[in-house]
Amino acid sequence: MTDTHKSSGFAGILGRTWLVLTFAVMAYGFYVAMTAPTEATMGNLYRVFFYHFPHTILSFVFPYLNLGASLLYLYWRPRNIERANAADAFAVASAELTVLYASVGLATGMLWGRAAWGIWWTWDARLTTYLLLWLSYVSYLLVRRFAAPGQTAIISAALAVFAAADIPICYMSIRWWRTQHPAPVFGGGADSGIDPSMYAAVLWNLAAWAMWGALILGVRYVVERRRQRIAAARALGYLESDLATGTHFHQEAGR
Amino acid sequence: MSYSRIVWAHLRKDLRLEWRTKDSLNGMLFFALLVVVVFAMAFDPTSYPTIARQISGGLLGVAVLFSAMTALNQSWARELNNHVLDAHRLSPAPASALFVGKALANFLFVMLVELVLAPVFTLFYNLHPLGETWKLLIILPLGTWALVVNGTFFAVLSLRTRNRESLLPLVLLPISMPALLGLIQATTAVLTGQFEPTLWIKVLVAYAVVFTTVCVLLFDTVLGGD
Repeated sequence: MTDTHKSSGFAGILGRTWLVLTFAVMAYGFYVAMTAPTEATMGNLYRVFFYHFPHTILSFVFPYLNLGASLLYLYWRPRNIERANAADAFAVASAELTVLYASVGLATGMLWGRAAWGIWWTWDARLTTYLLLWLSYVSYLLVRRFAAPGQTAIISAALAVFAAADIPICYMSIRWWRTQHPAPVFGGGADSGIDPSMYAAVLWNLAAWAMWGALILGVRYVVERRRQRIAAARALGYLESDLATGTHFHQEAGR
Repeated sequence: MSYSRIVWAHLRKDLRLEWRTKDSLNGMLFFALLVVVVFAMAFDPTSYPTIARQISGGLLGVAVLFSAMTALNQSWARELNNHVLDAHRLSPAPASALFVGKALANFLFVMLVELVLAPVFTLFYNLHPLGETWKLLIILPLGTWALVVNGTFFAVLSLRTRNRESLLPLVLLPISMPALLGLIQATTAVLTGQFEPTLWIKVLVAYAVVFTTVCVLLFDTVLGGD
């Protein structure tokens, strides 16, 4: 049980270094975002973009990690239960991060929309599919809470495959349909892209929030692995005490 | 036995069980009728024929989805009696055949409800469709299959969870939103005649193909997973 209380030396040092680095990049990203030249039409409010963009981009990445981990879980389950459990722990962590980042994406998007369009919300293709993405992963987390112990992993892995179907649709929605949401900024058509003066702020913040996401993902994964080990140890304990009382019962009966 | 004969055996068993009890059908029919009445109270469709035409596609979709959900929970519960589901797990028959048979049975039940519901809608809401009505013969079965195939799959998932009844809608509604949207938009297109339902029929076909494949591929894993 000692290893459940202390993180091993190397991983601990690596984690702390990563944390310090992340905070440094975040602080610098904040500085660059706040000192970037003010935009012509929206003034200072456009700085929300530096937070909206990284969070939404990353909220399209984490569901794929969740899908990958879930498929690995389904593959490893009959073959190697230890690896399957690790994949399941990774799936939980990435699903929770999806909900977290998509929530921030929705909130900042609404702030931005209120400033740019004068309304908080509109039911266009991008916003609707993005809300569906958020709803799907909230329902994924709900299923994890509701499922019977021992069934959680397999049920949620199956659900993850279904939920993932929305990601490409949502990602492509601003390319397929004419939406109120702006057309793709990066990798879009000829007139897409942003002013070069904004690149530094966008890229530093993207790096900062990706590092932060990776950090939380790692921490959440470790926590979930410990929970699995404790649950397994407890189940084994019950089994042993069961066996002990069982023998006792047989002795009683034999007498 | 060939795959199709196993599917047929499962389907026949479900149809026979339903024929003897009529539990799901009666429940679904009455629920759907109640939805029609409740929405009539809420929107007063007969006074506003244009609005009635615009909203009744949506109301039909919602009525079908909600009434299907009442039946989907029961459809697997009957397999739990006398440990029938465990017997299915042990049998050498392909598990996906059980799923396909069950989904087909549910599809037939929901289609039957729609056949009753369509005239009721037309009567109560004073509907005069302005588009090509025959297209509904493609749209309704497609949309129903898209809703039912996922519903059957998630009902077997929620079979092994704590509050089973409340879980199914929580999982099914977000996932089936595109199918529901396709069904509603295509129906509205036919009823109002203002736009072509072709795009939404394509959405329904794509959705049905993708999710039927996923369900059939994953069902074995889910059924055997203990």
